[in-house]
Amino acid sequence: MAADGPLLTFFVLILPFIAAGLAPLLTRWLAHNAAWVLALAPLFIFYHFAGFLPSVAAGEPVAGGYSWIERLNVEFSWYLDGLSLTFALLISGIGTLVVLYSGGYLKGNPQQGRFFSFILMFMGAMQGLVVADSFLMLFVFWELTSITSFLLIGFDHVREASRRAALQALVVTGAGGLSLLAGLLVITSITGEHSLSAILDSDALRASPLYIAALLLILGGAFTKSAQFPFHFWLPNAMEAPTPVSAYLHSATMVKAGVYLLMRLNPVMGETVAWETILPIFGGTTLLVGTLLAVRQTDLKLMLAYTTVASLGLLVMLTGFGSKVAVEAAVLYLIAHSMFKGALFMVAGAIDHETGTRDITQLGGIGRAMPITFAAAVLAALSMGGLPPFFGFLAKEEIYAGLATGAGWGILLTVVALIGNALMFAIGFAVGLKPFTGARVETPKTPHEGPILLWLGPLVLAVSGLVSALLSEGSHHLISSPMASAVYGEPVSIHISVIPHIGMPLLLSVITVALGILAYMSLARGRAAMTSTLAAIGWGPDRGFDQAIRGLIRSSYSVTGVIQSGRLDNYVTTVFTVLIAALFVPMLVFDELPAIPTFSPLHFYEWAVLAVAFIGLGAVVWARDRLTAIVSLGIQGFAVALIFMLLGAPDLSFTQFMVETLAVVILALVMTRLRLSPTDHRPTREKVPDVLIAVACGLGLSLFLLRVIELPFDTTLSVFFAENSRVIAHGRNIVNVILVDFRGLDTLGEIAVVMIAGLAILALVRIRPGRAQVDLKSARERES
Amino acid sequence: MDVALVFTVGVFFAVSIYLMLSKHIIRILLGVSIFSNAVNLTIFSAGRLLGEMPPIIPIDADTPSQTTANPLPQALVLTAIVIAFSIFAFLLVLAFRAYQEIGTDDTDEMRVAEPKGNELPPLGY
Amino acid sequence: MRTLIFRTIAPYLASLMVLFSIFVLLRGHNEPGGGFIAGLIAASAFAIYGIACGVSPVRRAIYFHPMTISGIGLLSAASAGLMSIFAGTPFLTGLWAPIDVLGVHVDLSSVLLFDVGVYLVVLGSLTSIALGLEEREERI
Repeated sequence: MAADGPLLTFFVLILPFIAAGLAPLLTRWLAHNAAWVLALAPLFIFYHFAGFLPSVAAGEPVAGGYSWIERLNVEFSWYLDGLSLTFALLISGIGTLVVLYSGGYLKGNPQQGRFFSFILMFMGAMQGLVVADSFLMLFVFWELTSITSFLLIGFDHVREASRRAALQALVVTGAGGLSLLAGLLVITSITGEHSLSAILDSDALRASPLYIAALLLILGGAFTKSAQFPFHFWLPNAMEAPTPVSAYLHSATMVKAGVYLLMRLNPVMGETVAWETILPIFGGTTLLVGTLLAVRQTDLKLMLAYTTVASLGLLVMLTGFGSKVAVEAAVLYLIAHSMFKGALFMVAGAIDHETGTRDITQLGGIGRAMPITFAAAVLAALSMGGLPPFFGFLAKEEIYAGLATGAGWGILLTVVALIGNALMFAIGFAVGLKPFTGARVETPKTPHEGPILLWLGPLVLAVSGLVSALLSEGSHHLISSPMASAVYGEPVSIHISVIPHIGMPLLLSVITVALGILAYMSLARGRAAMTSTLAAIGWGPDRGFDQAIRGLIRSSYSVTGVIQSGRLDNYVTTVFTVLIAALFVPMLVFDELPAIPTFSPLHFYEWAVLAVAFIGLGAVVWARDRLTAIVSLGIQGFAVALIFMLLGAPDLSFTQFMVETLAVVILALVMTRLRLSPTDHRPTREKVPDVLIAVACGLGLSLFLLRVIELPFDTTLSVFFAENSRVIAHGRNIVNVILVDFRGLDTLGEIAVVMIAGLAILALVRIRPGRAQVDLKSARERES
Repeated sequence: MDVALVFTVGVFFAVSIYLMLSKHIIRILLGVSIFSNAVNLTIFSAGRLLGEMPPIIPIDADTPSQTTANPLPQALVLTAIVIAFSIFAFLLVLAFRAYQEIGTDDTDEMRVAEPKGNELPPLGY
Repeated sequence: MRTLIFRTIAPYLASLMVLFSIFVLLRGHNEPGGGFIAGLIAASAFAIYGIACGVSPVRRAIYFHPMTISGIGLLSAASAGLMSIFAGTPFLTGLWAPIDVLGVHVDLSSVLLFDVGVYLVVLGSLTSIALGLEEREERI
């Protein structure tokens, strides 16, 4: 492992969060120009990570971290190999551009500071996710990306569509996160390890009988995050977010977290039948569904969103295909996609920003007004279409080289990829070319080139798609090959260049382009066909989500209605019924009933005291008027005091006397003002079950107590107190010494409770009667 | 005495629970008051009736000269009595204020927090 | 309840009870008694005084608001615990300083301060409750 300044890397990992904290302040001072300052943070991160490139390319991963809670294996640790590093560079690099772009896109928005804060927070979460080594850190950052994504999608929270989309994304990806957690726990229990780097070389997972469980749980996390069919629906809805978010989270980075996870685990969980069946099937389906749904859309962002879904499907399919070339293809396509899709999203946002519409049927001929944006759009579309000399071309060649191996499974997947690529070609040009060319169409706003903040991002991304392909030797050496090696688990070196070589892949590429052009020409017809097909199907997972949420609310409503009837007597009855069960069931099941006790004869005064207690109790129950009830309450209390007195507890006895006196006094003070009778209003049919419950509880507690005092008694503590009370604590009243010395802390807490009760009562007494009632009434009126 | 006390405790519990099952706050309050006595007696008797001498060391000795009552449960119960009284006073005032505001002491009628016929919460987002 | 006899006796009865409560408090460490009981006795004294003569004389007599007394009590109990900081011992460790006052041996201690705190908390809170309820009685 290469030497690493752990502190600096640690700083870099928390830097986005620091920047997120400063963002609102900076935005208050500098308005949208804060973007220039804030972009320095991701730029520095990019610079720092780029410094690791040579050592990682030489096959030496960078690791480091700090231990936190050692006994629980909680640590903050990172592991940077080709895969993590490429992701980290994409996140910080595109992040820099997106921060700048947000500066222009949300210029003048009063909430811009908040937006910067969220997006930088997301950046920190995503950064942590891809470099995380410890499972726990991976999970925490995984969920943190879901939460920040929720905040960003719901940024415009006054619109219901935003709120719905945000909630949907959170529910789907959050549920996936729990599945991931379970999966990581299963992996931990199989391997006994707590970090990714520790399991990378082991075969234990594949050999384990729990492999399928681990796989399905991990896939649950990855597929929801990466919007695989049938969980794809949240991603297009997430387009409710401001465009920088769509460009950053929902195409370039966050949605690739699932793919990242699959790639990360490919060396340890891949190359099994399950892996190589499930992944291509889901990936291929997602690819087809995504592209077909993209055709239907007229909104630029939605078209891009569905092609993102499709691209993620393609990536999953390639990762699951299992061959070395397919892995290379996945790596290349992932990098290419991040660049061209990020650029196209920003272009779509710029068009929206300048013209006031994103509807493709309302756009045309704006190329002259926005030449730089146009250039960036075309460059990105060319890369998306997979034409030379762009990075997308390299990826596509490799895809076909990887899939078209001649086997039957490969042929099927090749056809799927072919259709998908052709449709994506068409969509790419529909977004990147169509609005700019053709006859000028009137738009809500007159378009003109946006500020530098708006076109810098897409242009840099689009141009880097070109440059990285032209300098393919270098980019393969530094980025693609190390990443592919990490994904494949063995050293891989990629050599494909932009110079076309005659062969099967090139032929397939040509077919793709031809089909793509055909699709581009007939896009309008395809759209109509898809719309009518979907109308015929009617139901989809998106509507299903609504139904699920409504069902949840309805069912929780009805459950609440049953459990919380709003009637106190029901609650009390339930509590004591459960108490009866808790008392009797264990006693009967474990045969813990007490033996029949032997009554030792009582002295007459003991009889007398007990009799007084019973008389008091009886009088309370059967009292005919208030005063009798109160006085009877006092009688039973005094009886208790006498019991304490008889049994050697003078302190208790005095306290009990005083308390009962005061209780009677304040009860009398309050009760005399209530026009209430204390007699029992219950009809007999209610009385009988109540009596049964009460008697059963009393009997159960008696038996329980009887059983307790049958058991041998450990007097260690009491003996300790008795022996040390005078010697250590200089007090002869042992009870008092326990209270104020041995257990003083308890007493301190208890007198605090007494005082709080006093304060609460004072507050209750001080509230003037009547005012609260008025408040209550007006609140009711407001509700209705 | 201990067996007799155990069954006395049972009677205390039964009476207090019967009162607490009532719908009228006044009776519930009476029940709560008795309930705290029942609980205190439970703790007391669970600590065993070791002797009838108060746990006080004679003036000329360092340890009790003969078996005394168990001091530990006494210390627990002593604070419990005072706290139970504070809570009881709080409940009493709360009940009184509720009666003033709502005009009833029937718990079935006290439906401010959980009103009858609650309608379905909004199903939107 | 406000008979003439009761009204006349009540102040004396109350002051006797308060005196008794202090006695019970101080002897509590060695004989039956202590802060809780003493506090209850004193609170009853004020409650009786309040019932007999009305709440305002009681409030005048104790000068502080009862909850202030309660707060002072909690503070002294807590500071009795904090005193152990200076002795370098754990929180609430008892500290003793035997002194001779006029030839009588007296054990001054943080424990005593703590018990006084308990006394004041119980006294203050319960007096506050009782007076609060009696005050409403008068108003109606």
